[in-house]
Amino acid sequence: MSVLIGVQPRAGRMSRLRSFGGNWLFALSCAVLVGFVLLAVLAPLLAPYPPDATDLLNSLAPPSPEHWLGTNQVGQDTLSRLIYGSRTSLVGPLMIVVLSTLLGIALGLVAGWRGGWVDAALSRVFDIMFAFPGLLLAILAVALFGKGLAAPVVAMSVAYTPFVARLVRSLVMQAKARPYIAAYAVQGFGAAHVAGRRLLPNIAPTVLAQSTLNFGYAVIDLAALSFLGLGVQPPTPDWGAMINEGRGAILAGTPLSAVAPALAIIIVVVAFNVVGEEIADRLAGRDL
Amino acid sequence: MTWFVARKLVGMVLTMLVTSFLVFASLYVAPGDPLDFLLQGRSPTPEMVAAVSEQYGLDDPFLVQYWHWLVGVLHLDFGRSLQFREDVAHLIGARVPTTLGLILMSGTMICVFGLAVGIAGALTAGRVYDRALLVLSTVLAAIPSFVAAIILISVFSVRLGWFPTSGAGEGLADRIYHLFLPAVALSLTFIALVSRVTRSSMLDELRREHVEVALSRGMTTRSVIRRHVLRNALGPILTITGLLVAGLLVASAVVETAFSLNGMGSLLVQSVDKQDFAIVQAIVLLVVFAFVIVNTVVDIAYPFIDPRVTAGPGAR
Repeated sequence: MSVLIGVQPRAGRMSRLRSFGGNWLFALSCAVLVGFVLLAVLAPLLAPYPPDATDLLNSLAPPSPEHWLGTNQVGQDTLSRLIYGSRTSLVGPLMIVVLSTLLGIALGLVAGWRGGWVDAALSRVFDIMFAFPGLLLAILAVALFGKGLAAPVVAMSVAYTPFVARLVRSLVMQAKARPYIAAYAVQGFGAAHVAGRRLLPNIAPTVLAQSTLNFGYAVIDLAALSFLGLGVQPPTPDWGAMINEGRGAILAGTPLSAVAPALAIIIVVVAFNVVGEEIADRLAGRDL
Repeated sequence: MTWFVARKLVGMVLTMLVTSFLVFASLYVAPGDPLDFLLQGRSPTPEMVAAVSEQYGLDDPFLVQYWHWLVGVLHLDFGRSLQFREDVAHLIGARVPTTLGLILMSGTMICVFGLAVGIAGALTAGRVYDRALLVLSTVLAAIPSFVAAIILISVFSVRLGWFPTSGAGEGLADRIYHLFLPAVALSLTFIALVSRVTRSSMLDELRREHVEVALSRGMTTRSVIRRHVLRNALGPILTITGLLVAGLLVASAVVETAFSLNGMGSLLVQSVDKQDFAIVQAIVLLVVFAFVIVNTVVDIAYPFIDPRVTAGPGAR
């Protein structure tokens, strides 16, 4: 659903956002992300109710001192489900980002470092991978392996890999031409050592910026899958699944149990985008 | 030039071959025997077993199976659906108008508003208006289409009662009316992306010398923008639009589901749910093919729109 836009290593790309919001926007976004991580880790301490505790007499209740965000159709506390839902909604994307970053670095490093036919062959592979958008591959994975998070997470990791790999490849090709790389080679260091230990740390921050942006997209894609009823299954709380469960409540005119997780998704994704772009911005024009 | 186009077309056909092979072979990645996988969750009659074996040629060697399937696909024969007991091609064909209408409408919105907002931003760069647009696009880019969908339904359909909550409508005017909210839900993120690319691409062009020269020679700003800036800025905008097509097709699955529209995307989701693999395979293949074709067209069109980009060595 989302389209990944690569980090462009170009000077002054987002300086306009910085000039608008200044660094407080970046700081706020970091704080928001830390806050959601704490929410996920401390869920049992923070949630006022167990996420699956039902109270049928109290279904679709409006916000009250007992239920700050009201309840859903089966009387589950929306706030508690929102807090517990941050776990599945963030852990899945985290795994996608880690897997696709590792895989992308490995493939991009090999393609950029070796060049020649290896690069040509890998670039064709990336082109073909681009033709399978993340959500589509995840839907296919569910068709093959059944509902749940495991198969879609692996599928999306594969789909996100070429975005990282292509960036790493171009960074490696830029960095490879720098004198310090030749200097290491002259000193007799092996290719694996120079590429892995000397070159990689220099390009890692830029890759981190791309991965941060990817995290936001992964949150959207996985939530969409759960919204379609193909990802996280009820009664497990998950933001995307909560929106799906809340569709009836929306038509009944009491949308809070669906709108609350919707806002949570938007806030998290905006925060990831601001942080990712700010990192990319600070790195722009840097020597590799 | 002919060579360039021919090379791109050969590349496209090769990519389509490889992707179709991957989509077909995915059947064998599924756990268990392919026949059991295709029939799962059903109590098959002997005729059903025979029909499915026949359709996929499950007794043939793997490559022969792929060949038969591919020949079928080229004749628009995607096999039969187990759930609907109908030809997959027929089922999909019946749902294409809704999806196409949705994509056309949101495509129009994306082009019109994406370009307009981007150009307005570039021309007012640094001023309050531009900054407001920038913040707005940052937020819009983070709103998934299904979130936009439920918020739009909640506000405009349920609270205000201006729009229907589901269905695709009859006749042209009614159809446009029914598809309006879904098209908006589908467009928001993409408008944000297109406007950002338009803005930065326009700004790059505006800073160039030839623009200043044209202005100093007394040409009107309007004609300079149209003839010199916008034309040169079109390249990146075209590229991003090509990339968006696949995203649009996949996102339409989510939006169609949210608005209970009977389109290709919601058929894909239902078929995954009902384990009707022939339909899943067909729709995944069509989306991938659409992406490959549109991107080839963009690649071929690029040198025509921006002649500064030569069509590779040996072009012309």
